[in-house]
Amino acid sequence: MNTFEYLRPATIAEAVAAAAEPGAAYLAAGTNLVDLMKGGISHPTRLVDINRLPGLDRLEHLPDGGVRIGALVRNADLAHDPVFARRFPAIAEALLSGASAQLRNAATVGGNLMQRTRCAYFYDVASACNKRAPGAGCDARGGENRLHAVLGWSESCIATHPSDFCVPLVALDAVVEIEGRAGRREVALESFHQLPGNTPERDSVLGPGELIVAVRLPPAAAKFAAHARYLKVRDRTSYAFAVVSAAAALEVDGGRIAEARLALGGVAARPWRARAAEKVLAGTRPEAATLRRAAEAALAQARPSGENAFKIELARRIVARALALAAAGTPERVPALPASPFASVAGAAVHA
Amino acid sequence: MSFSITLTVNGEMRTVALEDPRVTLLDLLRERLELTGTKKGCDRGQCGACTILVDGRRVNSCLALAVSHDGADILTIEGLATGEALHPVQAAFIAHDGFQCGFCTPGQIMSAVGLIREGQAGDDPERVREGMSGNLCRCGAYAGITQAVLEAQTRLAEADRKLVA
Repeated sequence: MNTFEYLRPATIAEAVAAAAEPGAAYLAAGTNLVDLMKGGISHPTRLVDINRLPGLDRLEHLPDGGVRIGALVRNADLAHDPVFARRFPAIAEALLSGASAQLRNAATVGGNLMQRTRCAYFYDVASACNKRAPGAGCDARGGENRLHAVLGWSESCIATHPSDFCVPLVALDAVVEIEGRAGRREVALESFHQLPGNTPERDSVLGPGELIVAVRLPPAAAKFAAHARYLKVRDRTSYAFAVVSAAAALEVDGGRIAEARLALGGVAARPWRARAAEKVLAGTRPEAATLRRAAEAALAQARPSGENAFKIELARRIVARALALAAAGTPERVPALPASPFASVAGAAVHA
Repeated sequence: MSFSITLTVNGEMRTVALEDPRVTLLDLLRERLELTGTKKGCDRGQCGACTILVDGRRVNSCLALAVSHDGADILTIEGLATGEALHPVQAAFIAHDGFQCGFCTPGQIMSAVGLIREGQAGDDPERVREGMSGNLCRCGAYAGITQAVLEAQTRLAEADRKLVA
């Protein structure tokens, strides 16, 4: 790890000014950043510690029915907040399916959005990686790429965004509140993470010094509370990144789907909203054939980026299963243990 | 650049001068305070051997920069027993063979203490396994670890009930 200048500003304005300098990075829990620095992947020359900035650790249920989640709210605190988990069960379920209990106790909401890909070639400084070193090439293309992207990838980068939390957030139209030198702006989370194109080194739309101060859910996000799930398939039962995941949220009225929300994780450089599938579902009954048609619509643009064609059919099945679980209803206990497709009872979620 | 930080470590106030902001809580405990019970396994947040409680919450001390934790209250494996009397989690790990080589054990035990404080697992072994998944044991003592956590949790709940009564 390179050494760095350590600053602990007292206000958001001071933090933004300090972090706008070239080479600066924000430090929250550091659960990803410190790891990247130890590996020599990130080498900020200045760390701006935001942990003590006032007002960023609040969870506010807004008068209009929306929710504002401060950037420093810890993952575990959000998942276990009983009111939040009851209103947004798929988000709590996604949070609990990510990382380990120790990491969730430290990791923050803002940090979750800012985490880097877990592509092994990005992490291995001896490998070519356009995200780490623009123009260097991409060793993942001809390498071990079974876990890489099947949607939205480019010739320069096939990495995926690793977040679970962001997947239901995108499905529920979350908005990111950003503070910068020019004041505050808001960006839909769906557009916050960038697809790689020719500039895979840019993960997000944030400019120099810009700081995530909160993530906000609109009032309409709460109407799916009775039918919302997050389903994650991974290479081991717990403490692993998604091979594929899906957040499904349904508004069910008289046995029909009034409105559907669907997003996928582990398939692209951003959490992937599947609007075409949502359209297929609107007004239908949640029957197996319909769910399958929705799943096919969600993956219509998918193509393998290497030895990962299996992920496309896997994603279709995970989508259909997540939708079926959501249609069956949110589990009584919230937050549920993360739903696993490897439940021992066929068709049932033992973790629910 | 030099920083002076004050921590409460196992109930004792410790002030440490840091010449380098790169020092993690793990390295500070082991190298500066000579508390080597907390283990350095992967040093990358993947194995859980370095688990300690910071302000009552279990975290990976290998990923926590010490300079960012000025004022924190820290509990390590060395601070768990009361004199010669083992903490119920420590006693349960022995009773249930919750370890073999012992390297991961301080982290397992601190993680179990954190898990029980979080109060989310209840008496469900599946939830205990999920809640302990951030602690790897290469000897594969998981069955004993799960039993130990369940028993310790029952004992601590009984002790709490007696206190209330």
